[in-house]
Amino acid sequence: MDSDPVISIRGLRKRYGDVEAVRGIDLEVQPGEVFAFLGPNGAGKTTTVEILEGYRKRDDGEVTVLGEDPERAGRAWRERIGIVLQSCRLDPYLTVRESLGLYAGYYSNPMSIEETIELAGLGGKANSRTGALSGGQQRRLDVGMALIGNPELLFLDEPTTGFDPSARRQTWETIAGLRDLGKTVFLTTHYMDEAQRLADRVAILVRGEVVARGTPEDLGDRENRPARITYRDAGREVQLETTNAVETLNELTGRALAEGLELEGLEVTRPSLEDVYLELTDQ
Amino acid sequence: MSLVLHQLRYDQKAFWRNPAAVFFTVMFPVILLLIFATVFGDQTIDTGDGIDATAYYVPAIITLSVISATMQTLAMSLVIAREDGRLKRGRGTPMPAWVFIAGRIGNSVVVAVLMLALVAAIGKVIYGVPIPWGQIPELLAVLAVGAASFCCLGIALTAAIPSQDAAAAIINALLLPLYFLSGIFIPDSELPAGVIDFANHFPIRHFFEAFFDAYESGSAVAWGDLAVVAAWGLAGLAIAIRYFRWTPRADRR
Repeated sequence: MDSDPVISIRGLRKRYGDVEAVRGIDLEVQPGEVFAFLGPNGAGKTTTVEILEGYRKRDDGEVTVLGEDPERAGRAWRERIGIVLQSCRLDPYLTVRESLGLYAGYYSNPMSIEETIELAGLGGKANSRTGALSGGQQRRLDVGMALIGNPELLFLDEPTTGFDPSARRQTWETIAGLRDLGKTVFLTTHYMDEAQRLADRVAILVRGEVVARGTPEDLGDRENRPARITYRDAGREVQLETTNAVETLNELTGRALAEGLELEGLEVTRPSLEDVYLELTDQ
Repeated sequence: MSLVLHQLRYDQKAFWRNPAAVFFTVMFPVILLLIFATVFGDQTIDTGDGIDATAYYVPAIITLSVISATMQTLAMSLVIAREDGRLKRGRGTPMPAWVFIAGRIGNSVVVAVLMLALVAAIGKVIYGVPIPWGQIPELLAVLAVGAASFCCLGIALTAAIPSQDAAAAIINALLLPLYFLSGIFIPDSELPAGVIDFANHFPIRHFFEAFFDAYESGSAVAWGDLAVVAAWGLAGLAIAIRYFRWTPRADRR
């Protein structure tokens, strides 16, 4: 890509007292990309995203977001970003439409309120007080409020933590809709399936350092890791690991044919993103 | 400026829909007035020339209403918004921070003026306490200094309130004793001189005296009392500027 990256981080460091929360991160996010920052609790995800949003000061390193240093960026820069905080309650006495109307007034070129309600999947709830919404609906309204200023870049800090599966799925749909609008999205999560489902690229953060990065498909060099072959032999589970699945299978099935074995439940699997993630975060 | 009005419009909606805010800021002072007027209504209070108890309690309850609408309402609503993360969220938008505070102050001033009118009207209609129409400029001057000062004190107080749960307890622990000691609940002619001397260190007593003079005595503005109120307000402003926080307590490290 030849356009300038939306986010560029080089050598970012942040320490709280004796704890070094972020230990030298480098990464770039390109326009229109959905980027997921995946890592366990306490890995430094929120610290990093809040430095990018301008809430926290870094100790060291270079950070550029939409061409500006977040520590010094002003109102014009805030027009171009939208933020969903990790935890933020809404004013319970305003309706969905009023909450969006309040925030629309803060921006010079806001999106249409009705359109935003639709994007957030809150069509039937426009006149409900936010205090009466479910957790998932409140979260989608959070996304709507981040979107109302029609920003180029959205930050979503753990958008579905603690949700039941159906609320997560609906929130995912809203986030997936952001890509269709051409927004750049920077997402933090500790769910692998969320990163896999939503992101174009993923970086895995462990104890303040990026330990792996790539598309969800080839993250952690999954294609070149040993495949696993499993089958049952006389009721006994057999597991083989191989770097050359074709050769091993050929041998195995050849022998099975010759000896009249059944190879019940034969399966060949690559390590899932979850396997890679657990292996990386378990160092 | 139009942004402040935009913010104020939504703050007003949220205020009037909040049952706790409406009860403690609007209903509670009215109930207090009705109770005091019923209990002490036939008595005369010795303020020099002696006035009816109802004529004493109308300006006293207006004083309480103004403090409740400004200091108490602001401190409560700002702590709740801060701990909910709403102040932090607002900081992430292009809206300047002062607009948010200005909207909340505007909300308090609107409620304070309404309460002045409401309590004065109840005093007139039910108890025949005359509304001092000729004193409107003096009343507005006292109200302006008092509302501004108690708003500053309310914002400053948020720095000492760690959580939503603690807010009501801390605010009431400060205000309720001072209402008693300042002659709001008990006529000051019934209070020992030492109590009044003590209360004179705090802004509530001085605000009450200035308001009472403007409401009942038809006298000029008590600038000396207002100066004490304003000094407290300025101290509050200095604390607010230095210590006011936009982020929830759990967030700070």
